[in-house]
Parts: sequence; structure tokens; C-alpha cells
Amino acid sequence: MLYVQVLVNGLVLGGLYSCIAVGFSLVWGVLNVINILHGSLIILGSYAAFFAYQYLHINPFLFVPVAALLLFCLGYAIQLVFINRVMGSAVLITLTLTFGLNLLLYNLMILAFKADFRKVTLSPPLGSLNLAGVIVPVDRVISMGFALALVGLLYALLRGSRIGRAIVAVRMDREAAQLMGVNVSRIYAITFGLGAAMAGAAGSLFSVMFPISPETANALLGKAFVICVLGGLGSVPGVMVGGLTLGIIESYSALFFGPEFSVTISFTLLILLLMFRPTGIMGRRGYQ
Amino acid sequence: MMRVFAFAAAVVLVLLPALADNYVLRVATTMLMYSALALGWNFIGGFAGYPSFATAAFFGLGAYASGVLQTMGVPMPAAWALGGAIVALFAAALGRAILHLRGHYFAIASLVVAEVLREITNSATDLTGGGMGLNLPVLSLDVTNQARLFYYAMFVAAAAALATTAFVAHNRLGFGLRCIQQNEDAAIMLGINTLRYKVVAFVLSAVFPGVCGGIYASWVNYIDPTDVYDVLLSVKPIVMVLLGGVGTVMGGVYGAILFLLMEELVWRNLLQFHAGLLGIIVVCLVLFLPNGLRGAGWAKPWWRRRTEEAAP
Repeated sequence: MLYVQVLVNGLVLGGLYSCIAVGFSLVWGVLNVINILHGSLIILGSYAAFFAYQYLHINPFLFVPVAALLLFCLGYAIQLVFINRVMGSAVLITLTLTFGLNLLLYNLMILAFKADFRKVTLSPPLGSLNLAGVIVPVDRVISMGFALALVGLLYALLRGSRIGRAIVAVRMDREAAQLMGVNVSRIYAITFGLGAAMAGAAGSLFSVMFPISPETANALLGKAFVICVLGGLGSVPGVMVGGLTLGIIESYSALFFGPEFSVTISFTLLILLLMFRPTGIMGRRGYQ
Repeated sequence: MMRVFAFAAAVVLVLLPALADNYVLRVATTMLMYSALALGWNFIGGFAGYPSFATAAFFGLGAYASGVLQTMGVPMPAAWALGGAIVALFAAALGRAILHLRGHYFAIASLVVAEVLREITNSATDLTGGGMGLNLPVLSLDVTNQARLFYYAMFVAAAAALATTAFVAHNRLGFGLRCIQQNEDAAIMLGINTLRYKVVAFVLSAVFPGVCGGIYASWVNYIDPTDVYDVLLSVKPIVMVLLGGVGTVMGGVYGAILFLLMEELVWRNLLQFHAGLLGIIVVCLVLFLPNGLRGAGWAKPWWRRRTEEAAP
């Protein structure tokens, strides 16, 4: 029974993880830029949701679209003003740029929000479900539902909409897309905005489940990276697989080794996976 | 002319402890430490072109290895050397695991290493004191002589890093690493054992931060995981090398001096905004001076500028 409980915990956590990583994967896949800002953008979304709940009493679940919109605008602006200038440069340059932007955002968040841990405490609490002996808190189930729905929405957007097709076209062949009349730098900005929007939405959901602090950002970034490598880069289903896998791995490793080794275990797995199967579980070739 | 200048600089550095007060000596010690860190990063990041973010991991591991050895009774200089050796072995093993990754994969994998070591250090409470930090044995020396001792220790570390850089730059190894930086597949075609070259560069990039970490631990007497595995320790050397010139011999030194000047003049008045200002500097540097202060012409690639640098 314990194992089933841990499995369910892992799946619930994994749903949220997919949502955390999908924006990171999108930016990495399409722009070939590692967005070090991603963790901080998630935390920014969490703080937006936290303050909206505290001062305006808006439910964090209802706040998800607002957080997504706010972060979309921020991401769009960051890409247009800064990152578009270094597109196509060496890895070191793009990476260092997002690193610098992240230091700035992190410091601003520390100044504005302090480093204390905070958490949205819903009142009245939503309680928990008991499904044949397996206990699941309702807020986590709703978060997971929202997270998976958001990932599905992004997938539909990329598959079905004009903008989505343009993004996929740019990802496949930038020059050809340009020749077909796609405004590449605008698509880059929209893609980065979408990545940031997913981060903001994930952040709102995150604030319900976990305590937040600007210090959490790096751990989230690390998780996003592990998920992308686990699932294979560049596809939304890959991120889903990677997120759920990481959730399950973390739950079981916390059971067997204790929660303090979660980063070490996921990193060790990551190194092993990269040594023996560098294309991820889904087997799609990643961008190198 | 260059030689006269370099000789004069060396004489000043050697005589400095006799001339300067403790504040200047402390700043100079930090400058030497930064130079050693930047020169170390330059082996893997500059010559081989592999964007490593593992400097903090090596620094922290060196600090803890040498600190723990000293609490076990190993004499201080031996602990520094052993700490450096442990870091070198660690880097050789880690390099074999992650140096076959390229670009982003390598960068993030190297970034996570410090996080992992921090977690392990935090959990190994018996050995490291965990989150409470580690107190090192106190030296029976007065303050001024301690400052001089650590100054000379950092001086030796930085000088060794510089000498190694100069040696590598004019050597087969440096040539091979530059080939890897320009086109790794072509380097393989030319018969360069790229993995071996990269592992050597990675180990070199680890040894100097590792030894510096050990000296730093003795210098400040108390270390804790958040301090010595700080991600800024990985970023600062990169910024310094970008400032001074990527892949050049003296770039790391120039960058470290400039960086430290900025730190001393600007940042100590802005303690609340330390990381933020560093972020702004990084962004401006990348956007406006991607080839460092020496790169007057933007698009001029570093290997062309190197020919001027290499002339003695």
C-alpha cells in the first residue's frame, strides 16, 4: 500500500514538474538558448499569486491566466530587448547573458520579497481525498489537473494555431521559415514569452503546494533541466514523460534514501542516462 | 618593454607585504585568488571552449577537503596540496563522465555539480559539520604575519596558474585545445585524442580553484556550504576572463584586476544589490563587449588576437 501511495504522490508531483519544465524545453528547443531565468520566472509567478491571494483574495487557481499573461509580457520584452541581440552566438555568450539577467532578477526579488519562505494557505483548506486507502490532498490534485491541462493547451497551440506552426517551423529550419515570410525575431519573442507564461502559470500552482522563496529558483531550474534530458529535448510529450518520471523517481528515492539526497540522486541518474542514452527516454535526438 | 613591466609587477607583488597595510594586503590576496580562479577557468572555458560552471564546485570541494584534513591533524600546507590532489582526481573522474557532452548539456551538467556537492556536504554532518559549517584550527601567528602567509600562498597559487597557462598556450596541449575550441569534429579527424585533452584541461581548471579553496578556508578560518559552493564563484571567473580576453594568457589576470577594482570601488557601497549589479555588468559585457576590453574590433575572433599576445 505504501508503494502505491508513493507512486500516486510521485505522479501528482510529476504533473506539476511537467508544467515547470515545458516552458524551459520550448525555449531551449526553439531558440537554442538555455534560459537560466526560468527558475526565477516561476518564483515570480508564485509571488504574484501569493500577493494576489493575500491582498485581493483571488484564488491561486483562478489567478493562473493572469500570472501567465503578466509573465508573457515580461518574457516577450526580455527576448526583444536583450536575448535577440545575441541569437546565434556561442553557448557561453547566450548562457552568460541569461545568467546575468537572472542575477539581476534574483536580487530584485530578494529586495522586494525578502528571502523568507512563504506559502499560500487556502482558507478554508480543501482537505484530502481517501481513495481506497491512498490519501491525496485535494489542492495537489487540482494543481496537477491544471498543470497537465496547461501542458495540453501548449501542445494544442503548437499543433493547431498559426503562431504555433510558425514556432515549429522556426525550430525546424530558421532560414527556410524566414524565406516563407515568418518574422523570426518576433517568433523568438513570442516563444520566449510563452515559455515565461508557462513558468508563471506553474509558479501560481507551485505556491499552493510548496513554500516559496527566491532561493528556490535554482533548484527549480535544475529540475527543469533534468526533466528535459530525461524526456528528450524538443517535444511536449517528452516533457510530460520526463516530468512524471522525475516525480516518481524523487518520491521513491525520498522513501529509500531520505529527502535530503534528491538533487544528488536525480543528477546521478542524469549522468548515467546521458552516458548511455543521450537522446532521453523518448529517443528523440536533442539539439546539441 | 613588456618584460620590464612584467618584472616590475612581479617585484612589487613580492615586496608588497613589507610595504602595504593590512587592508591593501587583503585586497591583493583576493586579487591573486581571483586571478588563479580566472586562469583556471580559462583552460577549459577559454582554450577548449567548453562553458564550465563548475569552478564553485572545485573551490568548495578544495576548501572542505583541506579543512577536514586539517581537523584530522594534517599540517596546513600539506592539507592544501592534498586538497588540490583530491579535487584533481574528482575532476578527472567527473570529466570522463560529462566532457562528452557538448554546449548546453555540458554547461548545465557542470552547473549542477556544485549543487550536488553542497547537498552531500550538508548531509555528511559528522565529517563537515553540515550546515553549521566547519571551524579550522587557529594558527599561532599574529595577525600581520598570518595576512602575509596567506598572501604568499595565494601568490604562489596564482603564479603557478599563470606559468601553467603560458606553458600550455605555447605547447601541443594548447594547440590541441584550440583545435577543439574551433571545430571538435575536425580535431578528431586530425588525430587529436579530444577526450584526453579535454580531461587534462578540466583537471587543470579544477586544481587551481581547489588549492585556492583550501587556502581560502585557512584564511577565513570558518567555512560553510552556502559560502564556498556559492554559484557566484562560478560566474565571477567567467566574467573576469570575458573582461580580459577569452583564451589569452594574461586575460584572466587583467580581468581579475579590473573586476576587483569594480568590486572594491562600487560594490562595497551597495551591499544589498551586489548580485544585481554583477548581473547588470554581465549583461552589458555580453551585449557590448563580447570580446573583452582588449577586443576593440567586435567581430575579431580571439585566435587572431592571440598572435599578438603570444609574441614575447
